[in-house]
Amino acid sequence: MLRKILPHPFLTLLLIVVWQMLVNKVTVGNLVLGTILGLIIPLVTAPYWPNRPKLSSLPRIVEYIFIALWDICVANVQVAYVILFKSNANTHPAWISIPLDLRSPEAITVLAGTITMTPGTVSSDVAADGRSLLVHCLDAPDPDAVRDGIKARYETRLKEIFE
Amino acid sequence: MIVEIVISACLVVSGVFGLVGSFGLIKLPDPMMRLHAPTKATTLGVGGALIASMLYFYFVVGQLSFHELMIALFLFLTAPVTGHFIAKTHLHLTRKPGDLPPTAGDRPWASYESDAERARIEAAAEAEGDTAG
Repeated sequence: MLRKILPHPFLTLLLIVVWQMLVNKVTVGNLVLGTILGLIIPLVTAPYWPNRPKLSSLPRIVEYIFIALWDICVANVQVAYVILFKSNANTHPAWISIPLDLRSPEAITVLAGTITMTPGTVSSDVAADGRSLLVHCLDAPDPDAVRDGIKARYETRLKEIFE
Repeated sequence: MIVEIVISACLVVSGVFGLVGSFGLIKLPDPMMRLHAPTKATTLGVGGALIASMLYFYFVVGQLSFHELMIALFLFLTAPVTGHFIAKTHLHLTRKPGDLPPTAGDRPWASYESDAERARIEAAAEAEGDTAG
């Protein structure tokens, strides 16, 4: 019964919050309008996500977001250092191939997005079978360490969240 | 007073990272390396300005403003997609498969697999699924 009215409770909640942010003011009227949108949009769009991923445990998702934000701050400083103080001859750009243990397309998308948003690494391509990710590093004297770092830091956490 | 210092600090940080990102565009030698510079401007550069804006509206103007979080969310959704497009274009135009490290499996990077080859592999996988199921 509840599943019929709320096919996607997280989406409903997200839409209510996003509506408050767009209006930039929390009033009763906005909450009601947000709730109406949050109820209608998931019902109307339900056919578009037949096999949606099951997300486990909210704390892990929050943990992942904060780890990604922290890494973005650290990597910003590192890339600023490379740009300002390292000569081009001394910078070692590298392509690295990351074999993926993740299988769900959504998880791979989040991983690729995180890698791109972290300065110093850009995810450029995915293998045709979806089992490896091509990443370009701005300055990687040791490409294997970067690969292992990404696998240990992001991929294992995403695996716990998505699978 | 303290709030003003914090807000100014955020703005200065955001300005510095924006500047360094732009300088990186000039300094770095090839397109893939240049692609790294703007990611800095969209993360700490814009992030600093957004935090400063939220602090300013809450402590100085006295009203809660949080649609800055929305801007951050949209940036985090769109920036990787544009970065990926630029990288893909670069791969298609200037790189050959031999320039890149090999994939973990048998199939090549998606940019270098022809449509005919992909259709053949997918048809084969489907036929196999039919006989197995």
